[in-house]
Amino acid sequence: MSNNARVVASGGNRPKPPSIRKSPPSFAWLGVLPFLVFVVLFLFLPSLSLFVGGFQDAKGNFTLENIRGLFTPFILNAYWVTIKISFTTAVMGGIVGFFLAYALVAGGVPNWVRSSLMTFCGVASNFAGVPLAQAFIFTLGRVGLLTVFLKEALNIDLYGQGFNLYSFWGLSVTYLYFQLPLMVLIITPPIEGLRREWREAAENLGATPSQYWWHIGIPVLMPSLLGSMILLFGNAFGAYATALSLTGGLINLVTILIGSQIKGDVLHNPNLGYALAFGMVVVMAVIMSIYYALRRRSEYWLKQ
Amino acid sequence: MKKNVFWNWFWIFISLVYFFIPLYATFNFSLKARKGELSLLAYQQMMEDPRILRSLIFSTEIGLLTILLGLLLMVPTVYLVRLKAPRLRPVIEFISLLPFVIPAIVLVFGLIRTYSGGLLPLTNNYTGLNFLLIAGYVVIGLPYLYRSVDAGMSAIDVVTLTEAAQSLGASWPTIMLRVIIPNLRSAMLGAAFLTLAIVLGEFTLATFLVGLKAFGPVIWQVGQNRAYEASALVIVSFIITWVLMGLINFVGRRGAADGSVAAGPR
Repeated sequence: MSNNARVVASGGNRPKPPSIRKSPPSFAWLGVLPFLVFVVLFLFLPSLSLFVGGFQDAKGNFTLENIRGLFTPFILNAYWVTIKISFTTAVMGGIVGFFLAYALVAGGVPNWVRSSLMTFCGVASNFAGVPLAQAFIFTLGRVGLLTVFLKEALNIDLYGQGFNLYSFWGLSVTYLYFQLPLMVLIITPPIEGLRREWREAAENLGATPSQYWWHIGIPVLMPSLLGSMILLFGNAFGAYATALSLTGGLINLVTILIGSQIKGDVLHNPNLGYALAFGMVVVMAVIMSIYYALRRRSEYWLKQ
Repeated sequence: MKKNVFWNWFWIFISLVYFFIPLYATFNFSLKARKGELSLLAYQQMMEDPRILRSLIFSTEIGLLTILLGLLLMVPTVYLVRLKAPRLRPVIEFISLLPFVIPAIVLVFGLIRTYSGGLLPLTNNYTGLNFLLIAGYVVIGLPYLYRSVDAGMSAIDVVTLTEAAQSLGASWPTIMLRVIIPNLRSAMLGAAFLTLAIVLGEFTLATFLVGLKAFGPVIWQVGQNRAYEASALVIVSFIITWVLMGLINFVGRRGAADGSVAAGPR
């Protein structure tokens, strides 16, 4: 403000339009500036440096060699395994999460069950990483409680039948612990948005429940369902801590590979590492764009 | 309709079993540190381990500084954009959502590459690394901070409040500190508790920037060789998450579901 006062004072005899005093345009920019500087320094620059690094060779010259390097079997496999596990847990978490959310919303369930399960979902969706991995080791590891129980009480030998917590399916079961509650949290508002009037109107016109779902419920919910599952996909795609502490880095995920690359140049080419990391950002950007497009589509019905 | 109720209970039951067993298994294990009897020995050992308390304090401090920096950046920005430049609002919202597309491991990779040399070498001293950690956490928490502060501001009429304060002769600091911020209290508290929940157990950024000084990497380290202590730690960190989430509900933040969950430490 003092800055502005000086401008007015130094204006001499020339008449100034009074509007300048009321809202100096520079002021808003000044207040927003720290935020913008911060974002440039700690969000844009780091991403840019990976992006640029991905297109450079060891001497700093422009090259497409690293991008080509991404399409070698080892790295393609890492992307493939990451995508497979993200897809599996997104679909499983999405379907079970939807049914659970519907069960909680649809009624027939006491209020306290509903609210405490909802609260639990908030906790569980944030309970991930190292502690989650360890909880599953105590449960489904070789001497985990459930493993031993199944073996001794029911004579089911999980590990004898090929199950391994430290592999694809073990990781999927563990990821579900945050995927499922996340689904419940994001799909509940759209389910609540299904109007009772629509159902009543359909029933009055003689529709059976399956006709109601097929022609009204599912079409209205579809964008939200797909959008939520895509969000779950992205959620698993970037997971690192859970996978690392569960498998000790033995599973070939992109995040694990990037982690090893930071610790010591396992790819023997730092620039390939940058390309690998930026590749993740590209995949995530595509995912989030689809998510927001679908969300806008689903809000159409919720706002009516 | 009877059939529907059955299926509702079926899904609830399956989910409850799935949610409950790992917690039970861990808790059960944590009580068995002494052979042949149930005891709290693991918890006692955990309390006596100096690394754990030290790292928990360190991560709490980092969390509080993250909250402070995040709010200092976000509150004036959201306020000014609402008041003076509503056209900028979609831009700020877009920027705030960008961290969703950058996985933590990629963020830390970029931070290390950018600040390990060049104009601003932050990675060659502890203060710099701690700052880098805080900055990274602010970035991760940005979507939630924005959503929270923005929702708080929509609930009050910022323009009218500001004009009323101005016409009573209030200065800008007075307007911010005595009019706007008190009205944002519950939104800011909600953001603060969630940020703390993210930071306390966070592993990815912490392990590459500060290593075993932070709580997340210490939980991992303990898990490598001391199973009983580790199980006690898992229970404790679950309780911490629960308490923080409970506090968020308590201060009345609801409906920010995707903001509050997509930022967690995976």
